[in-house]
Amino acid sequence: MIDIDTMRNPDKVGTNPGDPLPRLEGHVSHGRFEQVLRAGHFAVTTEIAPPDSADPTEVLRRASLFDGYVDAINATDGSGAHCHMSSLAVCAILTRAGYSPILQVSCRDRNRISIQGDTLGAAALGVCNVLCLSGDDVGAGDHPEAKPVFDLDSVSLAQTIRTMRDDGQFLSGRKLDLAPRMLIGSSINPFVPPIANRADQLAKKIASGAEFIQSQYCFDMPVLKEFMAKARDLGLTEKAYIIIGVGVLPSAKTAKWMRSNVPGVHIPDEIIRRQEQAEKPKLEGRKICAEIMQQIKEIDGVAGVHVMAYRQEKWVGDVVKRSGVLGDRKPWAPEHSFADLQAVT
Amino acid sequence: MSYRLRLFAIRHSRFFESLYNAVNPAIVGTLKGINKVFGTKLDRPITAMEAGLKGVLFDCQMCGNCALSKTGMSCPMNCPKTIRNGPCGGVRANGMCEVKPDMKCVWVQAWDGASRMKGGEAIKDIEFAVDNRDQGKSTWLRIARGEIAEKISDRH
Repeated sequence: MIDIDTMRNPDKVGTNPGDPLPRLEGHVSHGRFEQVLRAGHFAVTTEIAPPDSADPTEVLRRASLFDGYVDAINATDGSGAHCHMSSLAVCAILTRAGYSPILQVSCRDRNRISIQGDTLGAAALGVCNVLCLSGDDVGAGDHPEAKPVFDLDSVSLAQTIRTMRDDGQFLSGRKLDLAPRMLIGSSINPFVPPIANRADQLAKKIASGAEFIQSQYCFDMPVLKEFMAKARDLGLTEKAYIIIGVGVLPSAKTAKWMRSNVPGVHIPDEIIRRQEQAEKPKLEGRKICAEIMQQIKEIDGVAGVHVMAYRQEKWVGDVVKRSGVLGDRKPWAPEHSFADLQAVT
Repeated sequence: MSYRLRLFAIRHSRFFESLYNAVNPAIVGTLKGINKVFGTKLDRPITAMEAGLKGVLFDCQMCGNCALSKTGMSCPMNCPKTIRNGPCGGVRANGMCEVKPDMKCVWVQAWDGASRMKGGEAIKDIEFAVDNRDQGKSTWLRIARGEIAEKISDRH
């Protein structure tokens, strides 16, 4: 049952898992993810692969793999320019079960009219976090003949959502009756050129409204350390929660393939060599990931890790446990697991 | 040919910045005069002139929201994603574009060009998305008519 009174007043506490939490003082959203970040916990996020299916239970089943290990779940938006269930729909299904999803918005498929409408819709459906992305080119996906939109870029997108939230209006100036309350995020890739300018670019993203940052895969600690030192010098770690991406590599072969075929992925040779020489390469991949997570947690100014484990989702819990980055903390999970849900046929 | 000229312009961004700063008042002044006498009658040849000149030098796409002096003389509209605050996260390790592997990333070039310019710090300012109604319009004429500020620094 939807409590209309709660929906109209996002600051009121609801009783259903999908109801908004009370918005704490100084918070921009009423979401759990913002509460974890602002409390100073080391956050763990991951991403869910949206199904090629119209089955909502598949979304819940996939999310249940992360129960008790992650603070928020990114719902990708046509990642790699491939069609899947939309990020908005995945988020809506997840909020109904009480999860904290992060809506990913790519500028590739929608113009500013559509994006602003979806932002209101997402907020109305209880989504409290949004990640602003430029998006992969259509040529990378299974519909290379599609028309790319790119009306906005990720920075303009963050500005747009901030305008809606903080000024309570559309870009046109038309007033909103109720502004969307969302924590705004942006992405950064410190590992590809122009490496010397990536911290300056991070500053731009934060100036455009980003309150949290999720990075591309980190397999190269020296580059990350240098990047974070620059970010600290610019005072950026005080202004945004910087979450570093980590990856679970199933094999050296996949790592090599990713390095040459997935845009923006940088994997040093020694990581690949280590996995190649390991007796149990799959296990080694998880060990590498957990070690990198531990090293990341030691860096001053890092607020968390973002575990990307495409087709390795069942191992996310394992690497989080192995790394120990959560300490004694157990992130929220639904009381009843959705792991055994039967598919709708 | 044009691609090589584009890279040349970025390599010599400092020179083109000085040239722009020296010539711009004269161009805008002349256009203000022309505007007074002829109104909009000469818009087409003037726009064609701007498109030709900036096209040859910078591969200008005539977005009508020219940001060249803020982007190291590297036109952001040549980015396949038309990103105005780049680069994206897909840049190849060798600095080439993710989408067009034979083209140097427009935004790697932009930060490089800006590093040589006196006013290069302007690349750190946020540029909002283009107004699509201005596609094909002359930025010079728009400055002359006071539709956009004369100096980039006055725009915000």
